Amino acid sequence: MGVGIKVDTLNAWFGKTQALHDINMDVAANHATAVIGPSGCGKSTFVRCLNRMHETVPEARVTGRVRMGELDVYNGTAAVQIRRRIGMVFQKPNPFPTMSIYDNVAAGLKLNGFHNRHTLDEIVERSLKLSALWDEVKDSLRKKSGASLSGGQQQRLCIARALAVEPQVLLMDEPCSALDPISTGKIEELIFQLKENFTIVIVTHNMQQASRVAEYTGFFLMGRLIEFDRTEKIFTTPSDKRTEDYITGRFG
Amino acid sequence: MRTRFQQGLEDLRTRLLRMGGLAEQAVDRACQAYIDRDLSRCQMVLDNESQINAAERDIDEQAFDLLAMQQPMAVDLRFILAVTKINSDLERVGDQAVNIAERVMDLAELPKVDLPVDIPRMAGAVSTMVRRALESFIEGKAELAQAVLEMDNVVDRMRDEAFMMLVKTMNDHPDMTRQSVDALLIARNLERVADHATNIAEDVIFWVRGADVRHNVQPDSAELTRRATEV
Repeated sequence: MGVGIKVDTLNAWFGKTQALHDINMDVAANHATAVIGPSGCGKSTFVRCLNRMHETVPEARVTGRVRMGELDVYNGTAAVQIRRRIGMVFQKPNPFPTMSIYDNVAAGLKLNGFHNRHTLDEIVERSLKLSALWDEVKDSLRKKSGASLSGGQQQRLCIARALAVEPQVLLMDEPCSALDPISTGKIEELIFQLKENFTIVIVTHNMQQASRVAEYTGFFLMGRLIEFDRTEKIFTTPSDKRTEDYITGRFG
Repeated sequence: MRTRFQQGLEDLRTRLLRMGGLAEQAVDRACQAYIDRDLSRCQMVLDNESQINAAERDIDEQAFDLLAMQQPMAVDLRFILAVTKINSDLERVGDQAVNIAERVMDLAELPKVDLPVDIPRMAGAVSTMVRRALESFIEGKAELAQAVLEMDNVVDRMRDEAFMMLVKTMNDHPDMTRQSVDALLIARNLERVADHATNIAEDVIFWVRGADVRHNVQPDSAELTRRATEV
């Protein structure tokens, strides 16, 4: 099952440049939360702070607190352990090109020491079913490489890879921006189904997508969380003029 | 800035105002025709109805295009939804004006009698409601729209008074029944116009504040305060 994430006074820097200012947000468990805002507003930095990927950038640093369920993300927990519990899917599908479909999905498990063939088979099948790719690839799991799939299939393969290690949270950073409308539709349908078992945070430039898939939406501007509310409220009667100006295209 | 979209919204606004002008003029002409027993004004109301109907179709078509092609959100989405509903109300206002004109044409064929009902006063109140509802739309001011809602009760009372007085007239003077029925129908048509003006005002409040005040449901006051300075 997914867990909630509590973000408390989160600040982030790249060197001397502050990218996030005092972010407070409660991400609801087993729901999809969308993060929207113009380019450079800090939305990707925000999600990368949730699984401690921000600290992989030289001279980047973070202050504040992030709790994932009972886990304190920045205090007393190893980054590797955090990333096992928070899967991530990126804008551009990035399957391991030389690995088969099967090995792509099993890669994370093998890195974590899982080698029991029967268990791996079960998890690969379950993950591919969860990512709605199983029916399309079940006959060529070991014959085809991940790179041989279409863009949309590759993205669902990356989702299966993230799900295989059984995370509680799935972060998606513009997962559909490189996909056609049919593949986008499949990913959105998938997000809807995955919410039953995972907490999802999705960064998107596509506001229609945010309104279709997310129950909650946060609007970021210049590193600040301007407004965070239920999605239908944000897209019909936002409380802050800046949110309204952005979503109606009056700036940004 | 989505310039083309903003131009589309402005064009929609202009068309609705033009249609509002036609509907307002139709009601005023019909009422003036009643006062003067002026059949030429009645004919103008009947002739102009097709213009209002055509305007309704054009506005719906443009609103539909904007919804489909521009995926509006927030205040823009509320604006377009409000326009489509106001559009429908204005078309119905035009229909009510035609109904009044037809009653006046019927009255003109009958002997003139003194009826204990002040139709011109009621018409004046209704015209004011329509005009203020359209002004609230022009200026995007919920306060103006709110004032229209408060006037609706006044017109309702006028209609009730007219009903009582005209029924009494029919009982006391059976020879004045036909004229009384015409006046009763006119009072009813005017009250319907007031209802449409009220609907328009409610739609303006929805557009400006994002609050649904239909059927006397009052929005949360904190919500109103938040929205009050916007648009």
